[in-house]
Amino acid sequence: MDTKTTNYFDEMRIDDVKIRDIYQHYQHWQSNLSTGTLERKSAEAELLFRRLGITFAVYGESSGSERVIPFDIVPRIFSRTEWTRLELGIKQRVRALNAFLHDIYHEQEIIKAGVISKKQVLGNALYRPEMQGVDLPNQVYAQIAGIDLVRVAENDFYVLEDNLRTPSGVSYMLENRNTMMRLFPELFASHAVEPVEHYPQMLLDTLRESAPSNISNPTIVVMTPGSYNSAYFEHAFLASQMGVELVEGQDLFVHQQKVYMHTTDGPQQVHVIYRRVDDDFLDPLAFRPDSTLGVPGLLDAYCSGNVSLTNGVGTGVADDKSTYFYVPDMIKFYLGETPLLSNVPTWRLSEKDDLKYALAHLPELVVKEVQGSGGYGMLVGPTSSKAEIETYKQRILKDPANFIAQPTLALSTCPTLVESGVAPRHVDLRPFVLSGKDIRLVAGGLTRVALSEGSLVVNSSQGGGTKDTWVLED
Amino acid sequence: MLSRTADNLFWMARHIERAENIARVLDVAHRTSLLPRDVEGTEANLWYAPLNITGCAASYEEKHGLARASAVTHYMALDPDNPSSIYTCLKMARENARAARSTITSEMWEIINATWLELKRLSDQMDYDYEKFPDFFEWVKGRSHLFRGVTLGTIIKDIALSFIKLGTFLERADNTARLLDVKYHILLTEKENVGSSVDYYQWGSLLKSVSAFEAYRKIYRDVISPLRVAELLILRDDMPRSLHACMDEVEDALLEINGSAGKEARRSAGELHAALHFGRIEDIFEQGLHEYLTHFLGQTYSLSQNIRDAYLARQDRFETLPIRSAGQSQQQT
Repeated sequence: MDTKTTNYFDEMRIDDVKIRDIYQHYQHWQSNLSTGTLERKSAEAELLFRRLGITFAVYGESSGSERVIPFDIVPRIFSRTEWTRLELGIKQRVRALNAFLHDIYHEQEIIKAGVISKKQVLGNALYRPEMQGVDLPNQVYAQIAGIDLVRVAENDFYVLEDNLRTPSGVSYMLENRNTMMRLFPELFASHAVEPVEHYPQMLLDTLRESAPSNISNPTIVVMTPGSYNSAYFEHAFLASQMGVELVEGQDLFVHQQKVYMHTTDGPQQVHVIYRRVDDDFLDPLAFRPDSTLGVPGLLDAYCSGNVSLTNGVGTGVADDKSTYFYVPDMIKFYLGETPLLSNVPTWRLSEKDDLKYALAHLPELVVKEVQGSGGYGMLVGPTSSKAEIETYKQRILKDPANFIAQPTLALSTCPTLVESGVAPRHVDLRPFVLSGKDIRLVAGGLTRVALSEGSLVVNSSQGGGTKDTWVLED
Repeated sequence: MLSRTADNLFWMARHIERAENIARVLDVAHRTSLLPRDVEGTEANLWYAPLNITGCAASYEEKHGLARASAVTHYMALDPDNPSSIYTCLKMARENARAARSTITSEMWEIINATWLELKRLSDQMDYDYEKFPDFFEWVKGRSHLFRGVTLGTIIKDIALSFIKLGTFLERADNTARLLDVKYHILLTEKENVGSSVDYYQWGSLLKSVSAFEAYRKIYRDVISPLRVAELLILRDDMPRSLHACMDEVEDALLEINGSAGKEARRSAGELHAALHFGRIEDIFEQGLHEYLTHFLGQTYSLSQNIRDAYLARQDRFETLPIRSAGQSQQQT
């Protein structure tokens, strides 16, 4: 084991010799494999993914290029006890975030109480004044949330960010499991891995519950920006798993504040749209007029209560990285509870003192854009060169309020098959949380892994890979 | 079903069928080129036929000049710039399949996707060396057969399958008619030539190109005569690539799809089908085979237009069709 990563919490190993209980059985199995088996199975998995067309497009590369996200065949394992604790924390957080969204688009009690400033909410570019006073089914705004978690010690988890707009990756969670079961049926025979395969059914139930209240048998669709979108595979996958139509903006139109799709048998009304199109592109009449992905009049139909959009419009104000700072306060304010999951200490560079501190400590910090995602446009101080830090510093100084800084976390590592064999690599976890009448999640999520040695950036757009995530009885 | 999805299913099927047909046409040209030269005259003569069938002679000449075996083969099989090459058809089929991915089965997608990946690999290995092509044609035909088998074996029998059938059989009818039309002159040879070895090869290769050689023997048990070749490929409803058999399937598919907008499409398909059902080959020869086929191609073209207007086009229908009330549309869900 290389010394570079021994300071980090390893998911499998206590030290060079001892294996954590939950990995005992797996490690025993793996150590009995004949040489080259893992490598062979890994190549098989890659082939499988390519043949199934489980691909994503990387923005900025030549158009139409499709890549397979590297899949690592060593699973990441949680015990049921650990998972139950995480699950409670995740649900608590999502409940508070939805309460926050409902509040700021209605009475704004949290602002009146002085917990969060008016400017932070109403001055946020992702706050949608159009949504003020609009009532949503179940008072839920983010029906599908992806909560990114990292672990730094045995009992120490942090929420890295909340994804409340169009979080992606759930198809990889499902296909990773599928692939593991195809490659290693014997592992599943000897491990009681909690299933994740019913996620599409849970999603469908959630979407049904999100329909306008007077509709008993809603017509549900998945809306995609189109087959060139980086997550198109996932959109098509979810639509077919749920047995609903996959539509593009051009397939829909609005007539008298109702939404219809063009079918071979004439127009048919649509009640719930699981949209994977950003707010800005949803409706050229309301938002970006140059959008060709959206449907003219959609926002009007939505605000009239004739169609549900999941996620709701205007959720971005709650997953903004400067709002993130307030989530523990939201939990106390709305639920009267103590937060079960910690926030990463965050310096908001809009604040003078925070900015001063951050600029003096850039080589130790991670700096992110407030509304960024996908690992684009961030600075990881410890792995950046002096020149990179200096360039980034200039960017911060132009508009400090657009940035937050956080300490560089010692992300846990998990054994991962790389060229030199099995070696520890840093991981995070994105569970997917569904909110309809209840809050639900499957026991598992998407574990992302930074494949280059020492790297802390796990995003697939930045060369990260994924792992199957197991929850086992302990 | 979404109009756009129906459109993609229809074209996915057409593109795969078209790729298969191009492979057939080229395969026959290759076989013929192995025969003594006097059978079809010069090399250029022989190799114009496949170009004419797919209607790409002009664009070919612009790029390569005179028709030559290796250049024509490459142009029709692998040239990405040729909109009706096998390469382009399989690429388009995959794009259609990708766009309709949530409707087709995962097995269907796997076949189409794997075919495309394999084609890209094969095309890198092949150059103008046309000796390598016969295996390639077999592969294309095989993938098409596989796709049809997987489709029938995995997809629900709903209108998705009907649109796939519609695309397949309209394309096949179109192709058989074109094939006959390009070769029609050989079916009109003088009486005294009947039975000559030249004709035997000519008709033999025409029959082989539509996998009808064995069927001919089985059905007629006699020397090959032009009247019977035409009858087999136009009027016999038990011959899978005949115009009649194709229109049987097209009419069935349209009846399955039904829908208020498809009246004109159903009417014209019915008319076409009836003409084949009750037609006599003697009358067709009387009318002139070329004239008959030209008319048929015109009719299938306008049928395609009717189908597009009724089911596949989106924007047009927004203006022309009345919006149903919510109550009506909910009953269909």
